[in-house]
Amino acid sequence: MNAIILSALWGVVMMYTGVVTRNTRNHGVMAIIGIILLTIAAWLEFVGVQFFSINLSGMMSFAPYSLVFMMVMFVCTLLYFILSGPDMKDVGDQVSDYYALIFFVLTGVSIVAAFKTLLMLFIGIEIMTIPLYILAASDKRNLKSNEAGLKYFLMGTFSTGLMLMGIALLYGAHGTFFTDGINLGMAAVSPLTTAGLVLLMISMAFKVSAAPFHFWTPDVYDGTPTVFTSFMATIVKAAAFFAFLRLFENAFGKMHVQWQLLIAIITAATLLIGNITAVFQQSVKRMLAYSSIAQAGFMMLALFALNSTGKQGLILYAAAYSLATIGIFAVLVRMKDYTFEGFNGLSKHEPFLSVMLTVFLLSLAGIPLTAGFFAKYYMLVAALKNGNMFWLVIVAVLCAAVSIYYYFKVIQSMFFKEGANTGMRTGGVFKATLLVAAILVIALGIHPDWLLNLLTY
Amino acid sequence: MLSAFDNFPALLIWLPLIGGIVTFMLKQGERAKAWSMLSSILTLVVAGTSLLFTGSEHFALTQVSYVWLPLLGSSFTLSLDGISWILCLLNAISFPLIFAASSRGSYRRPNVFYGLMLIAQAGLMGVFMALDALTIYFFWELALIQVYFLASMWGGEKRIQAAFKFFIYTFVGSLLLLVGILYVYLKTPDQSFALASFYRAELTVGEQGWLFWMFFIAFAIKMPVFPFHTWQPDAYEQSATPVTMVLSGIMVKMGVFALMRWLLPVFPDVIADYDNIIIGFSVIGVVYASLMAMRQDDLKRLVAYSSIAHIGLMCAAIFSLQQDAWHGALVQMFSHGINIIGMWIVIELIERQLGVRKISELGGIAQKAPTLTIFLVIIALANVALPLTNAFVGEFLMFSGLFKFNSWYAAVAGIGIILSAVYTLNMIKHVFYGNTNILTETMRDIGKDQRIVLSVIVVLIFMVGIYPEPMFRLVENTSDIILNRIQTK
Repeated sequence: MNAIILSALWGVVMMYTGVVTRNTRNHGVMAIIGIILLTIAAWLEFVGVQFFSINLSGMMSFAPYSLVFMMVMFVCTLLYFILSGPDMKDVGDQVSDYYALIFFVLTGVSIVAAFKTLLMLFIGIEIMTIPLYILAASDKRNLKSNEAGLKYFLMGTFSTGLMLMGIALLYGAHGTFFTDGINLGMAAVSPLTTAGLVLLMISMAFKVSAAPFHFWTPDVYDGTPTVFTSFMATIVKAAAFFAFLRLFENAFGKMHVQWQLLIAIITAATLLIGNITAVFQQSVKRMLAYSSIAQAGFMMLALFALNSTGKQGLILYAAAYSLATIGIFAVLVRMKDYTFEGFNGLSKHEPFLSVMLTVFLLSLAGIPLTAGFFAKYYMLVAALKNGNMFWLVIVAVLCAAVSIYYYFKVIQSMFFKEGANTGMRTGGVFKATLLVAAILVIALGIHPDWLLNLLTY
Repeated sequence: MLSAFDNFPALLIWLPLIGGIVTFMLKQGERAKAWSMLSSILTLVVAGTSLLFTGSEHFALTQVSYVWLPLLGSSFTLSLDGISWILCLLNAISFPLIFAASSRGSYRRPNVFYGLMLIAQAGLMGVFMALDALTIYFFWELALIQVYFLASMWGGEKRIQAAFKFFIYTFVGSLLLLVGILYVYLKTPDQSFALASFYRAELTVGEQGWLFWMFFIAFAIKMPVFPFHTWQPDAYEQSATPVTMVLSGIMVKMGVFALMRWLLPVFPDVIADYDNIIIGFSVIGVVYASLMAMRQDDLKRLVAYSSIAHIGLMCAAIFSLQQDAWHGALVQMFSHGINIIGMWIVIELIERQLGVRKISELGGIAQKAPTLTIFLVIIALANVALPLTNAFVGEFLMFSGLFKFNSWYAAVAGIGIILSAVYTLNMIKHVFYGNTNILTETMRDIGKDQRIVLSVIVVLIFMVGIYPEPMFRLVENTSDIILNRIQTK
């Protein structure tokens, strides 16, 4: 609860910061203070300190699992603020408002991490996405950004409509919004329940950009100003996944066998489409958009398996994926040329950045000694433990092999090809933060239990 | 954790690893070179010293085990036993030789080059010693990534594509291996990655069947065994020669070694179903690669194909499950590593001086460089397994084992050996004898340092060739234990 209230409050504080000072540096500092406070607040709640005693009537629960997820997301946001915050002023003048919107998104993230009823899920998803519509269109003079905002808005509202319909049907069938209540009533499956479940599945698949509901993703990610794509593709996506998993575990866990095949098909389609399309991209930004679809396919395995390994793995996956992607985007924002050729010869001028990028790319590709390996490891073990549909594991593994191709294309450009790349402006703080992110990636790649032990705290 | 530093397996990993990281930091090329040489010699000294402690009373000195991921049932376990000893020894001997042989060459960014080389050495050591599936997987990939970067950054014009092909190939294999490992892991009685638990995994024959292939394909790509060999000639040809030495001398042994430790003892029930297919393909590979080698004009590609033939024979010998063949294969792994590194050194010397390695453009080198020729002839004859050379011992035993298994396979593989004599002698004739041409007219004989390197190789060739007894004593115990486990199950 601490995090939800504090993030909403800090969003308001950020808006007033914009009134008090026009200096974007100060806005950045305030935002970093805010996110640190938010992390501490979540940590305090984790160890049992509650700032507010509000009667939630069981509509949200703050189990360690939810709180660890929140903390992971807040730490990733902190790194994101330090790395990419200074670049926000290139998008437009209202930097403090951008920060405010991001804090509101975090409110939504915290709600979907903790919901126990479909109502809270709905509210959380809405709070999370509405500020994003604005951020997607924030580069007002750029047509592509406008298009991205509109597209995202249309797709978002459409899927929200489906979600509401699904919730209504489930309420009709079970007479309750509580996920546990719905799960209890699963004994008698009615057509209403099935229809509601499918509608919810489709709407959530839209939110996490799982195939065949992924079409909006590349255009929206590409059109959105790169600083905000970074946030959308990582924290928001991970949170939507977390909501997806919690919803299906809590509300439909008993029907797992019935919907498993459907999820398996969505997973396989997401993996194949994401990976294969990513191979053909010319722009690194679009490649990362497809790679985010591909990684979503891997995260879907946790949903497919729905066991404790998958649940733990999802947190690790969210952390590994977010850290690496934020790092890559932070460098990408400062590149003049977003194509693969733009990276040619980067290691000559920026050896440090190239090495950091390599660590992140290796992590996304799932090479051992990086967090990405254990993330994929957990997903595969979860799917194997599940026991049936072994073909899905093989599809996942082959897709992981395909992903090597496009991740390594960046590495090849940076290290092995000659190019006219003249480097970029970077500061000491930027480099130090990248280093911290890379060290986190490697540390989680050697000792994932440092994070996962928190779950059994 | 500190206690993990004071025995042999740990030292063999940490020395090259730390040496490599330090080399990265050094800015001056000469210093990086010197430091990497020092580090590799230290590793060799440690490996050599460890041979004095092979007795069972020194058990504690050859085991490392500390808790790594108790949550997952994995521990960082390393151990030196017979079969890992011989390969670690090969690894330790090879690197100083490679560094010495390449000391005249100039590489862009030498600190990165030598740093990656040393870390690759650490990874290889880990693969040969790991007794835990997750640990071996980590080291397997650690070595692979370093070699990928080495092969892509230095070498011929098409190196980027060649190295990438190599990487994709082996990575697909690794991923299949990973799924296989995870599947076996979930079936172990105590949910553990330890090799001992893998031996006790409760697998039905059907499961063993497809797991066997998942493991085997990963190892077969690495070796490489026909028909998974297509990455190999390109990668060998395009990489810088020191990298090729690592690839062909040591890295291919990862696959052969893994057959003995991680494939056959884990899935003993299904070997009888597939041994004919695999030996068949290996033997076809021996003949095919030998025929291909005869048609090559590029010296590097010739040696690359001859390497496929040798590895194919090892693979066939191992699947014959004969005691002799296993001993032979283990000694041959060592010998093949030494011989092929010798071959590469000679090719590298020619290429560095003359700038070509096409057989058709060379000739008469013996007149200009007699010392080099003497060394080359000895190494080449060892490569075709002439008696008194190291390869004879191993190949003889492998053939006798293969013959016991099925004389037809031995006969067909024998053709490959005859062909290997044909192309090797043919190569010697065209490159070293005959008349000189404008190009080879300028050839000078080798310098002192190269003489030392090649002498070391020749001494090793004859040492193992004339008195192989210590080698066998090193490996036979472990080899027999594993073989016994396979056959009694």
